[in-house]
Amino acid sequence: MDLSAINPILLIASLMVAATPILLAAIGELVVEKSGVLNLGVEGMMIIGAVAGFATAVESGSPWLGFVASAVSGAVFSLLFVLLTQVAKANQVASGLALTLTGLGLSALLGQSYVGVKPPQMGKLDIPVLSDLPVVGPILFGHDPILYIGIALVAAVWALLKYTRAGLILRAVGESHDAAHALGYKVIRIRVLAIMFGGACAGLGGAYISLIRVPQWTEGMTAGVGWIALALVVFASWKPWRALLGAYLFGGVTVVQLNLQAAGVAIPVEYLAMSPYVITIIVLVILSADKSSAPAALGRNFHASR
Amino acid sequence: MIMLEKRPQPSRAWSLATPLVAVLATMVFGGVLFAALGKDPIEAIRTIFWEPLFGEFAFYYRPQLLVKGAPLVLIAIGLSLGFKAGIWNIGAEGQYIMGAIIGAAVGLAFYPYEAWYIFPLMVIAGALGGWVWAMIPAFLKVRFGTNEILVSLMLVYIAEQLLASASLRFLKNPEGFGFPGSRNLQDYPSAFNGELIAGSGMHWGVVTALIAVIFAYVLLNRHMLGFHIRLTGEAPRAAKFAGVNPSRLILLCLGMSGALAGLAGLFEVAGPAGQISIDFNVGYGFTAIIVAFLGRLHPVGILLAGGLMALTYIGGDIAQSNLGLPSAAIQVFQGMLLFFLLALDLLTNFRVTLRKVEVA
Repeated sequence: MDLSAINPILLIASLMVAATPILLAAIGELVVEKSGVLNLGVEGMMIIGAVAGFATAVESGSPWLGFVASAVSGAVFSLLFVLLTQVAKANQVASGLALTLTGLGLSALLGQSYVGVKPPQMGKLDIPVLSDLPVVGPILFGHDPILYIGIALVAAVWALLKYTRAGLILRAVGESHDAAHALGYKVIRIRVLAIMFGGACAGLGGAYISLIRVPQWTEGMTAGVGWIALALVVFASWKPWRALLGAYLFGGVTVVQLNLQAAGVAIPVEYLAMSPYVITIIVLVILSADKSSAPAALGRNFHASR
Repeated sequence: MIMLEKRPQPSRAWSLATPLVAVLATMVFGGVLFAALGKDPIEAIRTIFWEPLFGEFAFYYRPQLLVKGAPLVLIAIGLSLGFKAGIWNIGAEGQYIMGAIIGAAVGLAFYPYEAWYIFPLMVIAGALGGWVWAMIPAFLKVRFGTNEILVSLMLVYIAEQLLASASLRFLKNPEGFGFPGSRNLQDYPSAFNGELIAGSGMHWGVVTALIAVIFAYVLLNRHMLGFHIRLTGEAPRAAKFAGVNPSRLILLCLGMSGALAGLAGLFEVAGPAGQISIDFNVGYGFTAIIVAFLGRLHPVGILLAGGLMALTYIGGDIAQSNLGLPSAAIQVFQGMLLFFLLALDLLTNFRVTLRKVEVA
């Protein structure tokens, strides 16, 4: 065992990379849940985004196009959830599960010919002087652009929810759809938009795994990240900046356990590999005492009787 | 303009008809999907639904129907109890794995000693394994209000790692030439869950699944607990006034579904699978969710839905070898089924009416 082989600077830098897929999916789901909808299909939308982004990037040679395609396909795939819950008024838990099960199958089908293919690389941000600074350089200025887009999204969602009229309407719909409806807001339309935004973010997160984090395509490669993102929204008590904190915490756990595996610690690999899931449960237990900040209409379908 | 009018009570006729319509819709759209993959859709659908039952090799596939259907029905029966009450155990896959690991471990502990009581002990251990794994989310929900959906699902990933650990380490066959995987229980008569009637596919898991169906039917229709389960799902407030203890219900529903999933895992590992291996679980725990919904959370419906889903598994395998249909296509097919079912349920709960838009 050689723990000194672990470089703390690289550790923090790779922690941020590991956290980004969870962060992207979680910030999308946060907006969805703020509008009063519980979409358990995050895992399915992520894996669809992962395969669509991967395929597009490989075929076009451009990782940027891949990311655009992943966001679009995630949003389009989330329309299935819209159809079930907003149009057909089906149970949201069951519909989310349907989305995940279908997404896992569909992605495996679409990705068949891409197993073992190498995707085009996305360049890292390279600012002269700044990126070459010791310690600060690799941590703050040495990442791919999508990572910064993820952080920017957190800031944007935070500002939107806190300071804008649109954010206020979104929250109103999530707290009491009947009251929002009575005020003349289009509850269903707002929720559809929120769900599609969630789908696009989940798709981006999926593509981040298949294009940057891993980078290759394997069946079922999201391996529960979508579910961890769902847990993260609870952890964050529906607050954007806390979602960022939580994502880095989970990213940290993932990276540390991978580093320990590589360093050959005496703990069997399987026990290290299960640690992110164990920690998710522990965190959920600690934080589930406080449910006061959950949107009041979360998980309830809206049907305008007139 | 199309208007939706909520029915005062769900339509009984549509409730029975939607699964059938959903299956038909899935066949049509599945056919489109298969055509898009460059396969003859009629031939593909025929291979999946007809070949296993009445084809040339049906004598081989029919017993398989029981082998594949039994775990699905066992797990789905347990899940349906919780789903009815709004308790969402979606980690049956993990409970299935734990039942198999604990059950097999008990059996292997006796190896090579032969005794009649070894298999019954394994059955108890399997049920306990699944029960304990389901009690984790149940306890956390009762004690701390933790979301059972997320916890039970996280436990699937943990169980998968434990399964890898079992087949690579603590249950590894010492005479296995270094290959991962436990001893094969099929070679150990006291632990082997073999066919009860040769060539029928009928093993103890099938018997248990049938008992579970009857048990669930009686429970839901003739027993106070079953009434409480239905009441909690349909009218939570009324249930509260009727004195239903929600914590007790959560512990019972999750516990029962865990024990049944554990049993399914044990019967599988001691019978058709034979050994603990890394890829022992094939997603029965997730497919059983579809089975439970397709069967309308009704025991008899689940029995039929389990048979149908087993059919798609076997037919899918045949279509894979005969027509080169990718195995993932069957997964999509099964997902589609749940999808159409949920969408069509609109007709059960709402009346669709055409109405002219009135100008106020």
